[in-house]
This record gives sequence, C-alpha cells and structure tokens, in this order.
Amino acid sequence: MEQLLNDFSPGLFFMQVLILGIILFLMFKFAWKPILNSLNEREEGIQNALDEADNARKEMQNLQADNQRLLNEARAERDEMLKEAREMKNKMIEDAKEEANAAAAKLMEQAQATIETEKKAAISELKSQVANLSIEIAEKVVREELSNKDKQVKLVESMLGEATLN
Amino acid sequence: MIATKSIKFFTILAVVFSSLTCFAASGGSTDTKEGQVNTPESINAYIKHHLADSHDFALYSYTNDAGERKHVGFPLPVIVWTSKGLKTFMSSEFHHNDDGHVIVEKGDVKLVKIHSKIYELNEGADHVVFDAHHHATNAHKVLDFSITKSVFGMLLAGLLMLLGFSSLARGYKKGAIPTGVGRLLEPLVLYVRDDIARPNIGEKKYKKFMPYLLTVFFFIWILNLLGLTPLGFNVTGQIAVTACLAIFTAVIYLTNGSKDFWAHTLWMPGVPKILRPVLALIELVGFVLIKPFSLLVRLFANITAGHFVVMSLIALMITLKNQFGPVASTGMSLLLTLFISVIEILVAFLQAFIFTMLSALFIGMAVEEHDHEHAH
Repeated sequence: MEQLLNDFSPGLFFMQVLILGIILFLMFKFAWKPILNSLNEREEGIQNALDEADNARKEMQNLQADNQRLLNEARAERDEMLKEAREMKNKMIEDAKEEANAAAAKLMEQAQATIETEKKAAISELKSQVANLSIEIAEKVVREELSNKDKQVKLVESMLGEATLN
Repeated sequence: MIATKSIKFFTILAVVFSSLTCFAASGGSTDTKEGQVNTPESINAYIKHHLADSHDFALYSYTNDAGERKHVGFPLPVIVWTSKGLKTFMSSEFHHNDDGHVIVEKGDVKLVKIHSKIYELNEGADHVVFDAHHHATNAHKVLDFSITKSVFGMLLAGLLMLLGFSSLARGYKKGAIPTGVGRLLEPLVLYVRDDIARPNIGEKKYKKFMPYLLTVFFFIWILNLLGLTPLGFNVTGQIAVTACLAIFTAVIYLTNGSKDFWAHTLWMPGVPKILRPVLALIELVGFVLIKPFSLLVRLFANITAGHFVVMSLIALMITLKNQFGPVASTGMSLLLTLFISVIEILVAFLQAFIFTMLSALFIGMAVEEHDHEHAH
C-alpha cells in the first residue's frame, strides 16, 4: 500500500485529468457526435426503408387481390355474356326456322292454290279446246261425209240406226 | 494528397531522428558505470524502472567499443512546480541518472531524479543523503507536471483516436457506409453502444453517456495495446491514470443519480427503520469508495501484472542461462513470452471492456427509475 501511494503521482493525475478532459471534449465534438448521429440517421433510414418495403408489399398484395377479383368478375361476366349470346343465337335460329317454316307453308299453300286454279283453268280450257276441236272435226267429217250423197245417206242411215238402238 | 502525406511523415521522421542523435550524443558520456542488465538484482531493478513512469523516452541502450553506455531515445520536457515557482527544462539534463547524483540547478533550486521521481534539495544541501531504506532525507518531492512517457502515451493515444474517429465521422458525410479505417472502427463503436451501453443503462438514457463510454473504452484499449509494443509504455499501469479514470466514472454516476437511486441508497424502503442508516452507510461507501476503487485497482493490477510477467519471461533467457545453456533458455523464453503476449493482447481488450462495462453498469444503477407499482 505504501508502495502504491508512493507510486501515485499527483502531477500525472492532474495531467491525466486535463488530457482526458480535453480528449473527451474533442472526441465529443469532432467524432462521437457526428458518428452517433450518422449511425442513428442510418438506422432510422434502414428502418423506414424496411417499413416502406413492407407497406409496398402489402399494397402490392392488395392490388393483386383486387386484380384477381376483377379478373374473376370479368370472367364471370364474360361467361354470362357468352351464355346469353348462345341462348339468343339458339332462339334466333329457332325463330328463323319457325318463320321460314311458316313462310314455306304459306308459299306452298299459295302455290297449291295457284296450281289448283291453273289446273282448273287448264282443264276448262282443255275442255273448251277439246269441244271446239271435236266440233271442227265433226264439221270436217260432216263436210267430208256430206259431199257425197251415198255417204250422206249411209251416214244418216247409220246414225239413224244407232239412234234407234239408243 | 499522397505527396503531402509523405512530406508530413518524413518531416516527423526527420525531427525524431535529429533529436535522437543529439540525445544519444549528450546521454552517453557521463553514464558509463551502468552496465548491462544481466543479474537477477539488475533485472528486478530494470522491471521496476519500466513499470514506473519515466521522464525520457528510451528506445534502447548499448555499450560501445570504448566501454561507454549509450542510450538511444529522446528527451521529454520536465515541468515542475518547486518552492521557487514553475521550472521547465528537458529531461536530458539529468543525463539518464536515476539515483540522485546528477543535480540540475535552475535558478536557486537544486533538482535531482531518484527512481523516476523528481526531488528538490532542501536549502543549503548540495547532495542527496539517503537513509537506511534508501529514502532521501534532505530532499522533498515536487509537483511534477512533466510530459512524462505516460503523458506522451496519452497524447499519442488521444491523437490516434482523434485521427481515426474524426476520419470515420467525415466518412459519413460522403455516404452512409464508411470506407477505409472507418470500416474497422464502426463495428467497435456499434459494439460499445449495443452491447455495453444499451443493455446496462437502458434504452431511454444511454445516449447521454455514449461519448464518455466510447472515449474511455478506446482510450484504455489503445493505451493497453501501446503498452504491448516494444515502445514500452505503461500508462494504464500507472495508478494515477487508473485513479483518474475511476474518479471520472464515479463523478458521472454520482452526479447523474436519479431520485430513486438516492432514495434507495440513503433510505432503503421496505427495511426496518433501525437498519436504514446502517444500509445507507454501506451503500454510500460502496458507491463512493469501493466501486471506483475496484475499477482503478482492477485495471492497474491487470496491466502491471501483464507487463511484469512478460518482462520476467523475457528475462528468463538470462536467469536460466546457467542451468539450461543459452539456446534452451532463449527458446523457452521466446515461447513463453509469445504465449503470454498473445494472452496480453486479449487482456488489453478485456480490461478496456470490463472497465467500460462496469462504468456502464454503475451508471445504469444510478440512473435507473423504478416503477413504484410493485412492492419492494
């Protein structure tokens, strides 16, 4: 202990207090303050960047979810529209078919009616033609027959004969 | 940039060498009887001399062909407060004498150096008289503000710290990530902050004490490491230095003590009233005396012991030469010294860490605020 006390130098102690004080002041002013501030700033910056990245990721996820929802809705709508279109198409085809059928039937009826009238007209014309023709033939035949007396007589006779038979 | 740096470097080198040579020239002539260090007694004296502070910066010494003892190093300024006022001169005026034989007269004051301490001779005396215990009887110590080797070491450590960390601080202006030496220093700063200050002082209050803890940590560490270089500093092995550091810590935690701290120290709640003064006394003695004392002794003793062991192991090559021969004793000494030196590098860090850690712990105890909801 005596040795320790003997070794203790008050002058060195004083110098150490002085130097440590000066070093503390200088280090505080030129080193620790700027260093600790910069470290703090950097750490806050990193924390902020991480938070921002986190937020961005969440937003991204939300956006993606929104997109997915929109996509699903659009898909459903498209399906609905396709279905409607298909139904409409079918209906239109059906309608068209019905209309066509109806029109065809009407046409057929008309055609048949026309055919009928034409047929009737043709028949009546044919009848009149046939009558005229037969009259002409008959005329010609009669004229031919009547140009000759014998034949006339014969004819009258045959006709008479026939007439009597009737 | 590089050119100016190298110019600076060479200027410093030139100054150092010019002072070296003149010191060598002036030193050797009178001091011839001091021989080589080769007996156990001279080894002990040498170690003792090294562990003490020194007034000049000796690098090495040798005996030349003419048998003269030459010392290489440089002198440091001596600044003493004597009975006749402030006296300053260079330590070379003592001519390396350390046993009071060389008397330096400054005005009407006669000064001598005995075992690295400067004494003033009493009025009328013209040489030092020693008693049986080798204490000077007709001289008294003076207040010695010299730039001793330790003071020089502290200035060097301070300069190194200031250079290194101000470059780190400047580095942050260029970018958030430090470059160069800052890359090494930044993790150390973060280590002190995150592993020493934060856990011991607490998240709310640690910032205020960061500059002190950082300064003390690097100051002690650099000085411990300087002590391991062949320059032979022994700054943190000077009890005045460790005492100063411990007192700084004590002043800081005593002046920053919270209301709770003083309440718990001086009038411990939850204890029978009769016991409270006794506890207050114990707590006060603990905080004012025992804790700073443990800090100062721990650092001082560890570093001194380290230096003592390393020097003793180096001396093995002389003390064991007779028993084992020169080769074996030198080999043993080298191996053991290497081993202990590596451990000392660890101890250099460890002691800086422990001092800072305990400072932070004591500060943390003092600034802590209890929530009074729970019962004590």
